[in-house]
Amino acid sequence: MTLLQFDRLTVAVSGRPVLRRVTLDVAAGEAVGLVGESGSGKSMTVRSVMRLLPAGATVGGTVRFDGADVGALDAAGLRRMRSRDVAMVFQDPRAVVNPVRTVGDFLTEVLRDQGTGRSEATRRAAAALSEVGVGDAMRRLQQRPYELSGGLLQRVVIAAALLTGPRLILADEPTTALDTTTQEEVVAILAEQRRLRGTTLMFITHDLELAAAVCDRIAVMYAGEIVEILPAARLHSDARHPYTRALLGSRPGAVAPGERLRTVPGVPQSALTAPPGCVFADRCPHAEARCRDVRPVFTGSAACHLLEVL
Amino acid sequence: MTALAIPVVRRAVPFAAVICLLVVLTAILAPWIAPYDPNAIDPLNAYAPFSAAHPLGTDDLGRDLLSRLIHGSRTSLAGPLIVVVAAGTIGATLAITAAWFGGWFDALMSRALDVLFAFPGLVLAITVAALFGSGFITPVVALSVAFVPVIARVMRAAALRERNLPYIEALRVQGFGAWRICLRHLVPNLAPLLMVQAAIGFGYAMIDLASISFLGLGLQPPAADWGLMIANGQPSILAGFPQQSVTAAVAVVITVVAFTAVAERLATRFGGDVR
Amino acid sequence: MTGFVLRRLAGVVTTVAVASVVIFGALYLAPGDPASLLAGGNQPDPAALAAIRERHHLDDPFPVQYWHWLSGLLSGDPGVSLVLREPVTALIGARIGTTLLLVAYAAVLILTLGVATGVLAAVGGRRVDRALTVLTTVLMAAPAFVAAILLIWLFATTLSWFPVFGSGTGFADRIHHLTLPALALSGGYVAYVSRITRSEVRAELAADHVAAARGRGLPRWTVLRRHVLRNAAPPIVAVSGVTVAGLFAATAVAEQAFGVAGLGSLLVQSAARQDLIVVQALSLLLVTVFVVVNMLVDVLNATLDPRLAKEGAP
Repeated sequence: MTLLQFDRLTVAVSGRPVLRRVTLDVAAGEAVGLVGESGSGKSMTVRSVMRLLPAGATVGGTVRFDGADVGALDAAGLRRMRSRDVAMVFQDPRAVVNPVRTVGDFLTEVLRDQGTGRSEATRRAAAALSEVGVGDAMRRLQQRPYELSGGLLQRVVIAAALLTGPRLILADEPTTALDTTTQEEVVAILAEQRRLRGTTLMFITHDLELAAAVCDRIAVMYAGEIVEILPAARLHSDARHPYTRALLGSRPGAVAPGERLRTVPGVPQSALTAPPGCVFADRCPHAEARCRDVRPVFTGSAACHLLEVL
Repeated sequence: MTALAIPVVRRAVPFAAVICLLVVLTAILAPWIAPYDPNAIDPLNAYAPFSAAHPLGTDDLGRDLLSRLIHGSRTSLAGPLIVVVAAGTIGATLAITAAWFGGWFDALMSRALDVLFAFPGLVLAITVAALFGSGFITPVVALSVAFVPVIARVMRAAALRERNLPYIEALRVQGFGAWRICLRHLVPNLAPLLMVQAAIGFGYAMIDLASISFLGLGLQPPAADWGLMIANGQPSILAGFPQQSVTAAVAVVITVVAFTAVAERLATRFGGDVR
Repeated sequence: MTGFVLRRLAGVVTTVAVASVVIFGALYLAPGDPASLLAGGNQPDPAALAAIRERHHLDDPFPVQYWHWLSGLLSGDPGVSLVLREPVTALIGARIGTTLLLVAYAAVLILTLGVATGVLAAVGGRRVDRALTVLTTVLMAAPAFVAAILLIWLFATTLSWFPVFGSGTGFADRIHHLTLPALALSGGYVAYVSRITRSEVRAELAADHVAAARGRGLPRWTVLRRHVLRNAAPPIVAVSGVTVAGLFAATAVAEQAFGVAGLGSLLVQSAARQDLIVVQALSLLLVTVFVVVNMLVDVLNATLDPRLAKEGAP
C-alpha cells in the first residue's frame, strides 16, 4: 500500500524553481533515503509533505498522504496530520527545541494539546526517552536544552517524534549537526525504533552509504530532480546514473589508502540555472549533444539518455 | 531619556537635513533675521493672534513669538552641542585609555562608569542645579557628565575590538609608540562611530535640556529658550492662548526629529550601534 | 541562580554606596560655606549657622560627617528641611504614595499598550504594521513635557474628561487626576516598548523552533503564546524594566506640568529652593530605586531565560 505519493511535485520560491517534477511513491512501512548534495531539493521535498515551505513558495503537482491531497487540507486537517500522522526530525536539535523551555515541555506539549493528562503525558515522555536510550529520564525532563549535549538532544527530538505514534517520520539530515561518534548511535536508534514500530521513514542525507544502511530504497536527487531510484541492497551493483556513480566514487572508502580522493567534477547545479536538457549534463563525463538539449525521461530506475550505453 | 529610535525613512532624510541646516542658520543669524527684539514688551498688544505684523502672535507680555522662537534656537542648539562635544571628548578619551591599558585601570573605569550610569540624567541635573543654582551652564555640565558613561561604554567596546586587531600588533612590532598608534590609527578608525554616537546623543541632550528649562532649573526668564517658553506659556493655555507653548513645543519636536533622522541615517551608513 | 542574585545584589550595594558618597560629597564641590548652603537660599544669622554646624557635625572630618548622614538615613531619619522646617520623612511620606501610583499607572500603560501594539504589528499583517509604525514614530518624537502641553491644551480647552491640575483625594479621584500625567509620562515609552516587542516577536516568528512547533501540529495560538511570546519575553522585559526604572526620574516633568504633589515635583521644587537636605535624600532614594528596579528586572529575566544567569555575570 502506498502511504506517501509525490506526483510531479514542482516547487518554486519567489519564482525560482527549487523542485522539478519530483515523482516518488513510498510504501507503508518502507524506509526511503533521499540523497544528494546541498541545495538539491531534499529538504524541500520532505518539507512539502508538512506544507512547511518558505513564504512565497508556489507548488505544482500533488503530494498525497494516505490518499489525501496534502495541498487541499484545511487548517484543522493539516494540524491533525502534523500532530498525529507525520513527525519530523530536523538537522540541528539546538535550533528546533525551544531554548527557554524544559525538555519535558517539549516532549509533552503535543500530547497535552491532544488532551492527554499531565501525569500520563509525563509518564509517556519518560518512557519514550528510555526507549531512545536516554537514561535518568525523569531528571532529563526537568532540564533545559542548553544543559544537554547535541547527541542527547537529538535523541530527545527523536523521542518526541515517536511519542505521538506517527505513521511517517521525516528525518532531515538528523546527524549532520552532531559529531562523528554520536552520529552512528543516533541513526541506529532512529532506524531500530522505526523498524520496531513499522513506521514509514523518509531519511535525508548526503551520505549514500549511510542511506543504504538505514533504508530499503534510495532516491538520488540532483538540482531539484530525482535522477535515480534503486534498492539500497543493490546500490553498488545497480547504480547506473553517472551522477550516482560519481557520488559512489567520491567516498573516502572508494579509493585505496594513500591515493588522492576523487570528487564529482564541477560545481553543484542549482535548479534555477539547470540547462534545458539533462540537469547533470554540464558535469557528466559521458554527456552527448542530446543530453544538453533534450530532457531525459525517467524510465525504469533512472533519468538518463545513456542508460543502455553505460 | 525618551527613546528616539525613529525609523529612517530614506526619502525623508534629505528633507530632515534641510531642516537641520535651516535651524542652524536661524541660530547663527538670529539677530539679523528676527523681526523684533525678543524681549521688547508691549503689554497693550498681549496675546495678539497670528497676523502679518506678528506671524506667530505675541505672548502674555506682548513679545513677538517668532522673534523669541528665532532667538531661542541659539541656546536650544548650543546646549546640546556643548553636551555632545564635551561628553564625546571625555567619553572617548576614557574609553580609549581604558581599552589600551586594560587590567585594573579598565576595571576601575568600568565600575566608575557603572556608578555614574545609575544616575538618571535628569536627577543628576536637578541635584547639580540645587548645588550650583540654575542657569545655562549648570545643566549643560551636569548633562555632559551624565552622557559620558553612555558614550564611553560604546566606545570602549569598539576600542577593545579595534585594539585586538592584528594591524595594531603589527604597528607595535614595528616599534611605533602607544601615543602615535592611538592618535594616528585608533582615533581615526573610531572617529565615525564617535560622530554617530554624538549625533544621536544630540537629540536626547536637546530633550533633556529642554526638560530642565521646562522645570525652571535652566535658563531663567526673560531668556528666550524653547523649554522655558513652553513652561512660561503653560498658564496662558488655561486662559485659551496656547500659542507660546505650542509653537515652542513644535520647534523642539521638529528639530529633534530632524537631527535624529539624519543621525540614524549616518549610523546605518557608518555602521555604528544606534543605542 | 542564587549566586547570580547574590552577585547582582552585591553590585547594587556597591553602586548605591558609591553614589551616596558622591551625593553627600557634592556639597563640598559647590562654592560657599556648607552651613549656609544647607540653610538654603535665605541668609541665616550666625547663631542659626552655628546650630546647623552643630547639628550636621560640619566641624568634624568628612568621613565622620558622612557617617552621621548615612546612619541617619539608614535609621529612617534623614533630617529636617531647613527651608520648609519639616522632617524629610514627612515630606517624602506625604508624596510617595502619589508618585508610586503615577509610576504604576504609567508602567501598566506602557506594558499593556506597548506589548499589545507590538505583537499586533508583528502578526497583524502589512496594513496594521504600517499604521502602528506611523503612530509609534509620532509618539516617540514627543517628549513628556511636549505631550503634557498638548494634553493640557486639549483637555483644558476642548475636552473636560480629565482634570489638568492637582493630585486628587481618594483612590478613584487620584486615578482620575493622574490619568493625563500618566499618559504624558508613558507616551514615548509605549512607542519604544511597542517597537522592541515588534522586532523581537518577528525575530522569534522566523526561528526554526517555531517552524518546528508549527510542524508538530500545535494550534496557532499555542505556538504564538508558548514559543513566540514566551521566547520574545526576556528582551521585552529587559527594555520595559529599564523604562519603568527610568520612570521614577521622569515623574519630575509630568508631576511639575500637572501640578501633582509627588516626589518628582518635590525634588524639582527643593532644587529650586536649594533645599539641599531634601535634594540629597531624594536623589539617593531615586538612584537606589533605579538600581534596585534594574536588578529585579535582571533577576526576572534570568528566571525567564536561565542561560542569562550563566553568562550574564556583571
